[in-house]
Amino acid sequence: MTPGYDVACIGGGLVGAAVAYGLQREGARVALLDQGDVAYRASRGNFGLVWVQSKGLGMPEYAAWTKRSSDSWAGLQAMLREETGIDASFERPGGLHICLSEAELQARVDQLKRLHNQRDMVQYDWQALDRKQTAALAPGLGPDVAGATFCPIDGHANPLKLLRALHTAIQRRGGDYLSEHAAQRIEKAGDVFRIATSGGTVEAAKVVLTAGVMNATLAAMVGLRAPVRPQRGQILVSERVKPFLNLPISTIRQTNEGSVMFGDSLEETGFDDSQGAGVMATLASRAHRIFPFLGQVRIVRAWAALRVMSLDGFPVYEQSESHPGAYLATCHSGVTLAAGHALHLAPMIAKGALAPSMSVFSARRFDVPAAA
Amino acid sequence: MFRRLPDGAQSLVTVTVDGRAVRVPAGEMAAGALYEAGLIACRTTPVKGKPRGPWCMMGVCFDCLVVIDGMPNRQACLTPVAEGMRIERQDGARTIAPMEIEA
Amino acid sequence: MTAPLAAAALKDRYQLAIVGAGPAGLAAATLAAEKGIDTVLFDEQPMPGGQIYRSVGKSPVRDRAILGEDYWKGGALVDAFQASRAAYVPNATVWQLAPDREIGVSVGGAARLVRADRVILATGAMERPMPIPGWTLPGVMTAGAGQILLKSMAMVPSGRIVIAGLGPLLYLIAWQYLRAGVKIDAILETTPRGNRWGAAAHLPAFLLSPYFAKGRKLLSEVRRRVRVVGMVEDIRADGGDKLQSVTWARGAERETIPADLLLLHQGVVPNVNLAMAAGCAHEWDAVQLCFNPVLDAFGESSIPGIAIAGDGAGIGGAESAAHRGRLAAIAAARALGAVDATTFGWEAPRHQGQLARTMRGRAFLDALFRPPHSFRVPTGDTVVCRCEEVTAADVVDAVAKGCPGPNQMKALLRSGMGPCQGRMCGLTVTETIAAARNRTPAEIGYYRLRAPVKPITLAELANLPASPEAVAAVVR
Repeated sequence: MTPGYDVACIGGGLVGAAVAYGLQREGARVALLDQGDVAYRASRGNFGLVWVQSKGLGMPEYAAWTKRSSDSWAGLQAMLREETGIDASFERPGGLHICLSEAELQARVDQLKRLHNQRDMVQYDWQALDRKQTAALAPGLGPDVAGATFCPIDGHANPLKLLRALHTAIQRRGGDYLSEHAAQRIEKAGDVFRIATSGGTVEAAKVVLTAGVMNATLAAMVGLRAPVRPQRGQILVSERVKPFLNLPISTIRQTNEGSVMFGDSLEETGFDDSQGAGVMATLASRAHRIFPFLGQVRIVRAWAALRVMSLDGFPVYEQSESHPGAYLATCHSGVTLAAGHALHLAPMIAKGALAPSMSVFSARRFDVPAAA
Repeated sequence: MFRRLPDGAQSLVTVTVDGRAVRVPAGEMAAGALYEAGLIACRTTPVKGKPRGPWCMMGVCFDCLVVIDGMPNRQACLTPVAEGMRIERQDGARTIAPMEIEA
Repeated sequence: MTAPLAAAALKDRYQLAIVGAGPAGLAAATLAAEKGIDTVLFDEQPMPGGQIYRSVGKSPVRDRAILGEDYWKGGALVDAFQASRAAYVPNATVWQLAPDREIGVSVGGAARLVRADRVILATGAMERPMPIPGWTLPGVMTAGAGQILLKSMAMVPSGRIVIAGLGPLLYLIAWQYLRAGVKIDAILETTPRGNRWGAAAHLPAFLLSPYFAKGRKLLSEVRRRVRVVGMVEDIRADGGDKLQSVTWARGAERETIPADLLLLHQGVVPNVNLAMAAGCAHEWDAVQLCFNPVLDAFGESSIPGIAIAGDGAGIGGAESAAHRGRLAAIAAARALGAVDATTFGWEAPRHQGQLARTMRGRAFLDALFRPPHSFRVPTGDTVVCRCEEVTAADVVDAVAKGCPGPNQMKALLRSGMGPCQGRMCGLTVTETIAAARNRTPAEIGYYRLRAPVKPITLAELANLPASPEAVAAVVR
C-alpha cells in the first residue's frame, strides 16, 4: 500500500498529466497512475494541433473553453520549459483548413458561419481564403486546391514532448508516477478513495478519472458516467525534412523535428487499432493533391490510435455527487486543451468544486429527457 | 579505405561522387562508387550533425543515405549505378522545395 | 521462371507469396512451383541469393578459392529456382503484410497491393547490433558489410584493419580476406571464458555435425596468420570525423591499435520487422538472446496462412534455411490441396529429417558464441538508437523516471522512430530496460512494429486503390 495522496489521477496520458501538474501547482500531493508498456494510449497517437477554428458547433461553451486553453498555451509551455528544460515546441502562427473543391470550400465557410452565429459564441477572427491567398501562406499548392479557411489563433505543438515535460515536472515536484498500476476497482472508505491496481492499492483523498477509453468502466465505480467510445484515427509520418512549411494545416503539419505528419481518418472500429492500406492511401492521396511536390517524400512510419470520443464529441467534466471528491475529465483534444486542464480545470478540482460554467460539460446532457 | 580486387573485364560506367567522376562496374551498388571515390563518410545526421558511413550494406541500417540524381535519403547500398548517375553526400535532413507542379 | 516482373505485371492474387530470395525463399519457391502452385517470390535485391549467397550468380570475385565452396553451393539453389515456374519480382520492397495476407509491395517506384492465399516470410537475419563506444563512426561497420563488399563488388579493405566480436562469421571473413591477400592487424575476440563451459555439453553433437570440420580448418588457418586477442572485455572505437584507433581492455591489460577499418560482429538475429508488423507472435529466446517467432513444426506462425522459414524462423544457418523453406512450402501445398495427404506424409518427414541433421551442432555454436552482456547492454554516452542518436544513459534515466518498456521509451525519447524502425536498437533497448528494471527481456517486450516496414513515397501510397469505406473515413 502506498502512502496517502491528496489526489490520484487515473491515467497518465495528456489529460491526466496536465491535471496532475495543475493540481501540484495548487499545492496538492499527487499520484499519476498508468498502465504498463502496452496500452491504448490515445496520447501517443495525437496529431499535435492546438486548434480553435471549427470547434464548438452545437456547444459554444466548448469554443470558449478551447480558445481559453489556446490563449494560455504559451504560458504553460513557458512554465514547463523553465521547470524541466523541455520545450513542447508550441507555435501559434495561425492555421489553415484546405479545401479541394469549391463545393467543399463553400460547405466549410457555411459551417464556420453557423458556428460563429451561435448565441454566446466567443469572438475571434477567421477568414475564407481563395486559392491565391492560400498559396501565399502555403506555397506549392496543387491545382485541386480551391481555397481554405484561416484562423490566426490556430497552432500546433509536439504532443510527446508535452507529455514528457509534464511527466518530468510532476516528478520534480515530488509527484509519484506509478506505471504498471492499472486501476481495477475504486472504493470510497470514509474520506479516502482506495484504488486497487495491478501494482497494489493506492489511497487518495480525491480521485480524477483521466483514463481515456477505460473511463467508461471506471466511472460507474464512483457514481459517474463516461459515455465514451474508441474512435480509430490513422496518421502517416514522413522522413525528416528541413523546414519548409511554416504553419499547420488541419491535415498536414511539419513537426519541430522536421518530419511531416499527414492525417487523419475517423473510423468506428471499436478497440481495433490495426491499420489499413486503403485509409493510408486516401490520407496520402489527399495530401498529395494539396501539395503535389511532397509526392517524393517518404513515409517512414504510420499508426492507428484510438481517440476517446464522447457521444457528441465534446468533453465531459464532472464531479460525483454520490462519491464526493471523485472527478471525471475526458476529451479527444488532449493537446489543445492541455493548458485548460492544467491551469483552469485543475484549480477547480483543488478547490473542490467545478465552476458553474462547467456544468454544460456534465454527462447529464446525454440523459434522454423524460417524455412529457 | 576499400580497393578492388583485380576483376578482369567488366563493363564500367561513369558516375560522379560530389562532382568527381569515378568509373565503376555497371550494376554495382552506389556504395561501391563512394568507396571508389575514397569517401568514408557519406552524410551527417539530422539530429546532431554527426558524420556517418555505411554500416550494414544490406538495407537495414539506413546509415548509407545519400542524394542520388537529386533525390535525397536514398540507400547507397540498395541503389545500382547507371551511366551518368550523380551521387552526393547528404547534409542533415533532406530538403524539399515547395513548388507548383504541373498536373 | 518468367522474366523478372514489374509492378504493372503483378497479378492481384497468387496462391503463394514468398518474401525473400535467400536459401529459404528460393527452396520454398522452387518446391511450391514444382507442385503446381501459382507462386510469386518478392525480393529487395536485384539478384537472387539473399545475403549469404549474395551475388552468387554474378560475383565479380574471379578466384573461387577466396570465398570458399559453401558460398558457391548457393548457386545450385539459384539455378533450380530460375528453372522453375515461380514468378520472380526483384527490386521489390515489401512494406506491408496484413494479417489477412494483403501484401503491400513497391517495385520500380510503383506500389501495388497483392493478395495471397498463403504467405511464407523468408526475410532472414541481420547482424545483432554491437553498441560499443564509437560504433557510429565512419570506418566502423559490420563484418557482414565487409563480406558483402567482397562478394558483390570484389572490394577489400586497405589500411589498418581490426576485426572484433565473436561468432563464425568473424573467422570466415578473416579467412576470406587472407585468401584475397589482405593483411589483418588484429582480431579481438569477445568470447568469454565461461562460454566454453556452457558449450561443452553440446560438444558431441557438434563434433558429428557438418560444422566441425569446416570450422576447425578455418580457425587454425586464421590463427596461424593473424594476431588474435581472446576474452576481450572492453572495446572502444575512437576518432574525430572517422575511425582512428581501436582500444581494447582485458582485466588490467589495455592497448590502443591505430585503425582505418573496424569490422564488428556478434552473431545474427532474425529480421523481425515484417513478421511482427503482420502480427505474428514472437517470444524471447533466452539461449539465442533474441525474439523468435512462435511457429509450429512446419513454420506456420500464430497467424493462419502466414509461415516463416529460414533464419527469420530462428537462426540455423543457410542449409537449415533451405530445409525450412521446403517444409513451409510442402505445408502450404497441403493446405492449398496441391499435394494429398499421402504425398505430404512421406515428403514432409524427409525435409524434417534433413533439417534435424543441419541443426545438429547449432546448440554448440549458440552456447559458445553467446554474446556477453556487456556487449549487448552499453552504458553512458554510447549510442543505442543510431537513427535518433539516443544514448544508453538516456534510456537508463528514463527507466529511473518510471518508463516501463520500449514503447513508452519510444514515445519519450524517439528511440525506434527513425527510418530503420528499431532494427538497430530494438534488442539493445529491450535488454537495457530489462537490466535497469531487473526483469527479463521476455517481461519487457519489444517495440510494437507497424506498416510501412520500409519507407514508401507519398505518391506511391497515394496511387493505391481505396475502398469507398476507406475514402469516407478520410474525406468528410
